[in-house]
Amino acid sequence: MEKNISCFFSNSSPKLVITCFVAFITIILVRFLYVIYRTGKPLNKRTPQQTLSTLIVLGSGGHTAEMINLLLVLQKDRFTPRFYIAAATDNMSLQKARVFENSLADSGVKGISAEFMQIYRSREVGQSYVTSVWTTLVATAHALWLMIKIRPQVVLCNGPGTCIPLCVIAFIFKVVGIRWSSIFYVESIARVKRLSLSGLLLYKLQIADQFFVQWPQLQRKYPRAHYVGCLMYVFSNMV
Amino acid sequence: MGEARDGVKVKRVVFVTVGTTCFDALVKVADSQEVKDELYRRGYTDLLIQMGRGSYLPTKSTGDDGSLAVDYFTFSSSIADHLRSASLVISHAGSGSIFETLQLGKPLIVVVNEDLMDNHQSELAEELAERKHLYCARPLTLHQTIAGMDLNSLVPYSPGDATPVAKLINRFLGFPEES
Repeated sequence: MEKNISCFFSNSSPKLVITCFVAFITIILVRFLYVIYRTGKPLNKRTPQQTLSTLIVLGSGGHTAEMINLLLVLQKDRFTPRFYIAAATDNMSLQKARVFENSLADSGVKGISAEFMQIYRSREVGQSYVTSVWTTLVATAHALWLMIKIRPQVVLCNGPGTCIPLCVIAFIFKVVGIRWSSIFYVESIARVKRLSLSGLLLYKLQIADQFFVQWPQLQRKYPRAHYVGCLMYVFSNMV
Repeated sequence: MGEARDGVKVKRVVFVTVGTTCFDALVKVADSQEVKDELYRRGYTDLLIQMGRGSYLPTKSTGDDGSLAVDYFTFSSSIADHLRSASLVISHAGSGSIFETLQLGKPLIVVVNEDLMDNHQSELAEELAERKHLYCARPLTLHQTIAGMDLNSLVPYSPGDATPVAKLINRFLGFPEES
């Protein structure tokens, strides 16, 4: 990187500048292809880690309940510290997450590390598309800021639109070498025949390392997805 | 349906819920004479409607005149209690309402809101109806569904299990399998 900066600022021949630029682009391209190649492949076992910092994306409606249902069966001492992100206008989700983490503390789990953050939404329901351009830029910048702070090694999401900028940034972090992460997407139990928009994007762009669906119809339609059956075990306080 | 020893009728409550949505079409049709008559005919005594953000107000009734007792409210902090004390639940197609009711083992009729854009909710209701976990209806066909339903033919929904996902995630990340 330093070489490139000094190239641009030196008054040597344009040929040197162009060479540096092409080299830079080639490196990025090679990294990009490498990340695409490694997406979906299990992590190398020769460097197993004890703990992985985990980003958990929450959403309104059933999303948070489904996510907490999944967190119940994940080992808390492996997926820590945990960072919960919900949209700024979603009042319930972070509260539910706090209740969940408190219940872990109450049941004697030691060494709990959890943070709760809000993120600006790209677009509210019914917002005009003209103002949406600006709010999407703000939301993306905010997502970038949060991701730089968190730099998670694991990303868990299950559908809300807020997960898209976060997953794309996680992917970019892999390309430029800021942080390697494993991205897991669980499509909602309410999606039987068609994927949600978030699911479709993450599936088609091959950003998610593992993509889980809860109904066999979706697995037939999207063969790279893992069919795991209905996951919901405990429903409470849904309304 | 039955009468207790001292002649007091056993309450059989039908609980209608629209969750946090606005679903006037369901509230209206639940309050219609057609549906109320059908419910009464099938042995229910009380109709309790959770109307959420809707604007249509049902007509309250004590049911003393040999008809269904009707009451309503907008929201409650403990929908679970109402679900638990119901003999029949009629719900909008939200996945939370559906699975919370199925988990409690209550007979359920799901009514799909046809006014919703991009109605992916109907997929879930139809799939579960095909698997005989519940009945699926539209507002205009609700009274027919009530008339023709056989609650004994409904299959209980077994709770799901998220551990297969946890196993796959752990294996992917290189964590050792645990017992």
